[in-house]
Amino acid sequence: MLQVDISDALSERDKVKFTVHTKSTLPNFKQNEFSVVRQHEEFIWLHDSFVENEEYAGYIIPPAPPRPDFDASREKLQKLGEGEGSMTKEEFTKMKQELEAEYLAIFKKTVAMHEVFLCRVAAHPVLRKDLNFHVFLEYNQDLSVRGKNKKEKLEDFFKNVVKSADGVLVAGVKDVDDFFEHEKTFLLEYHNRVKDASAKSDRMIRSHKNAADDINRIASSLYTLGTQDSTDLCKFFLKVSELFEKTRKIEARIAADEDLKLADLLKYYLRESQAAKDLLYRRSRALVDYENANKALDKARAKNRDVLQAETSQQLCCHKFEKISESAKQELIDFKTRRVAAFRKNLVELAELELKHAKGNLQLLQGCLGILKGNT
Amino acid sequence: MAASSDRNPPPFPTAEESEPGLCDMADADSDEGEDIFVSNSNPVSVSRGVSQPDRVSEEPSDLFSEEAASSTAAKANGVHSDDDNDLFADANVELSTDKSSSSARKEPSGPRHASTFTPSPAAMQPTSLEQLEEEEAKDSFDVDVAVTNPEKIGDGMNAYVAYKVSTRTSLPMFRSKVFSVRRRFSDFLGLYEKLSVKQSLHGCIIPPPPEKSVVGMTKVKVGMDDPSSVEFVERRRAALERYLQRVVSHPSLLQDPDVREFLEREDLPRAVNTQALSGAGFLKMINKASDAVNKMTIKMNESDTWFEDKFQEVENEEQQLRKLHVVVDSLVIHRKELCGNTAVFAKSLAMLGNSEDNTALSRALSQLAEVEDKMEQLHQEQAASDFFIFAELLGDYIRLLGAVRGCFDQRMRAWQRWQEAQSTLQKKREAEAKLLWANKPDKLQQAKEEITEWEARVTQYERDFDRIGMTVRKEVLRFEKEKAKDFKSQIIKYLEAMLQSQQRLIKFWEAFLPEAKAIA
Repeated sequence: MLQVDISDALSERDKVKFTVHTKSTLPNFKQNEFSVVRQHEEFIWLHDSFVENEEYAGYIIPPAPPRPDFDASREKLQKLGEGEGSMTKEEFTKMKQELEAEYLAIFKKTVAMHEVFLCRVAAHPVLRKDLNFHVFLEYNQDLSVRGKNKKEKLEDFFKNVVKSADGVLVAGVKDVDDFFEHEKTFLLEYHNRVKDASAKSDRMIRSHKNAADDINRIASSLYTLGTQDSTDLCKFFLKVSELFEKTRKIEARIAADEDLKLADLLKYYLRESQAAKDLLYRRSRALVDYENANKALDKARAKNRDVLQAETSQQLCCHKFEKISESAKQELIDFKTRRVAAFRKNLVELAELELKHAKGNLQLLQGCLGILKGNT
Repeated sequence: MAASSDRNPPPFPTAEESEPGLCDMADADSDEGEDIFVSNSNPVSVSRGVSQPDRVSEEPSDLFSEEAASSTAAKANGVHSDDDNDLFADANVELSTDKSSSSARKEPSGPRHASTFTPSPAAMQPTSLEQLEEEEAKDSFDVDVAVTNPEKIGDGMNAYVAYKVSTRTSLPMFRSKVFSVRRRFSDFLGLYEKLSVKQSLHGCIIPPPPEKSVVGMTKVKVGMDDPSSVEFVERRRAALERYLQRVVSHPSLLQDPDVREFLEREDLPRAVNTQALSGAGFLKMINKASDAVNKMTIKMNESDTWFEDKFQEVENEEQQLRKLHVVVDSLVIHRKELCGNTAVFAKSLAMLGNSEDNTALSRALSQLAEVEDKMEQLHQEQAASDFFIFAELLGDYIRLLGAVRGCFDQRMRAWQRWQEAQSTLQKKREAEAKLLWANKPDKLQQAKEEITEWEARVTQYERDFDRIGMTVRKEVLRFEKEKAKDFKSQIIKYLEAMLQSQQRLIKFWEAFLPEAKAIA
């Protein structure tokens, strides 16, 4: 049994400190329950160590969590501070509360994404046994994994370029195996479409947030109008202002829920489908290596030189390829199962939340209209 | 005349019947007078009091008196009491004899809100306030106007749009009961121009016409088919209709021959004096006039703080409405963006659904794409509602408040004229005294004549000033009542549209939920 979660998180200046909490009955660990503090770079280190490990070539490596990004939020808070003089106390307090809520939402999201990564690793039959993973979970000192320096980043860049070039080359080779041929076609298309849908869902949700913000300002404006006097019309304005205040809270929640259940879902599967594609590339490369080894063996036999060496090499390649193929098949099937389950869960939750919010809105409107029409 | 007991009207069967009709959108293509007036996009909207044969048969002269233009197309329980209480708490209006012809009392028979009308007894001065109360309570809308059928005439840069202006009325001062004419935008501006310079209408809040728009019109001249042109024309048509409705619901304006001519005359001479309203627009013109008043050296000694206070209120309110307008405009833009982005997302989701190789999930994604498509439709309608109901209401009232400020300025100018005449009179008297002392008999005669002349002027100008003051007071009270009704009815309409949106939204998601649960 191995259970991992992020029990706490602290945001400091420009870094986030995650408290990784583990419960385990595995003999590898000194205790049954323990916690350590980790930062984002250490998660990346762990992810990269999986990617670079040849043994794991046949697995879909759980995608790394994205870097916590509070820049936009911090900028807004700063702008708010600068503009404090130009707005009323109520407006300022209101906006501050909203920005703080936004900050909190981003914070929760980044915690969730880091947690998901760890859970995926813990759930994987092979990866959960990884030594680096155990060190990550248990070693209660800083892992001293500094961020990559410029040279290393450049190396990574070129590696990726080569991989893509490889990918293009390799994608062209038709696979003998129907299963993989289908998966290749499927994943290439799926990945592109998920990418597109993810970007567009982001834009849609942003518009939704903008509209909710406007409704907020309308509520404030109506409130000011309503407090000018105590006429009937002013009371009317106050009531409507109250309605808009409540309604826009719901609209903001809708946008936030759509973000969590739809946009984040799409983003996650964008990253996972990329990881699945990476697996296919690795398999294709192994296949190319295997085919090359075969050709080398034939040549060696023809010339009757270094035959043993060629044979060993060819066997190694064959073995590697078959090993990857076997685990890849299972991984891809699991991927599909996970994907379907995740979509189901999130879409159901999305629909239920949308319904809940629409009903809430409806009730507010009915109540308010009842009062407004009754009074007039 | 006792108040309350007269207020209870007989039930109005016609009112109930025509109500459902009010819910239909104007059938712009129909030539029948009936259909045109059933439009629910009008803030100052169609009254139901059209066919009131009982009232018409009463003394005709009274019909043209200050019939209160209570002009809401509201449901049976219109706006009432509290407003009127405020109205009377403030008003110390004494209707002058200048409008005495109209003070002949009409038997009240206004329907709807009059039934719950309870004026506050406290601040009332018996005769004049009762008159005011009566006039305000009347639902005496005997004229309906509609603006429909925008039609592009001509081609290229000389093209213009002609609108059909239809009138339905039971007033004998018109030649027929139902008639229509074609008018173009500059005709409407011309009408405003004529009304705004009339001395007799000084102090009245003359409804301002919609603004000119070079950009909007150029697009239309090029072609009327694209969506932004269609929206522009519709926006203008609706604005012109509201403008006319406000004009005819104003008792003094309705009597004006220029208004009648506008509604009735087949061929109207082209309005050429619309330069004042070119480019910069109506509000700039008002503001220029305001500045002139502000630069007056003689500051008015206000014996009655009502005017000062009211003016301040009006300015504040205008400012607030402007702010609100800016935000509502922003909402419209964001809603339209949301609309576009949702449509794009829906397509993307459909593509994703196609790629998905799990059948149930694929179907669910396609369904979700359809839901998003329907949401786009909802957002579209919501944006239209935001704009045509809310934003336009605010725009109208910002301009109307400018017109209110204009009246106050007119009163100031009247005061100035009076003061200047007084000071001229003073000078003449001093001159006379000098002549008397210098003993020049022939010049003396002339001086005496001038004094008499200026004494008459002073009296006249003082009367004018008082009259305008009273008109302004009355107008402002009437305006505030109208404004309250307008805002309430429009905002309620807006909220009702929102409510319908939510109901449809619920249906969409309820249909989708089982599909999502069916994923396996």
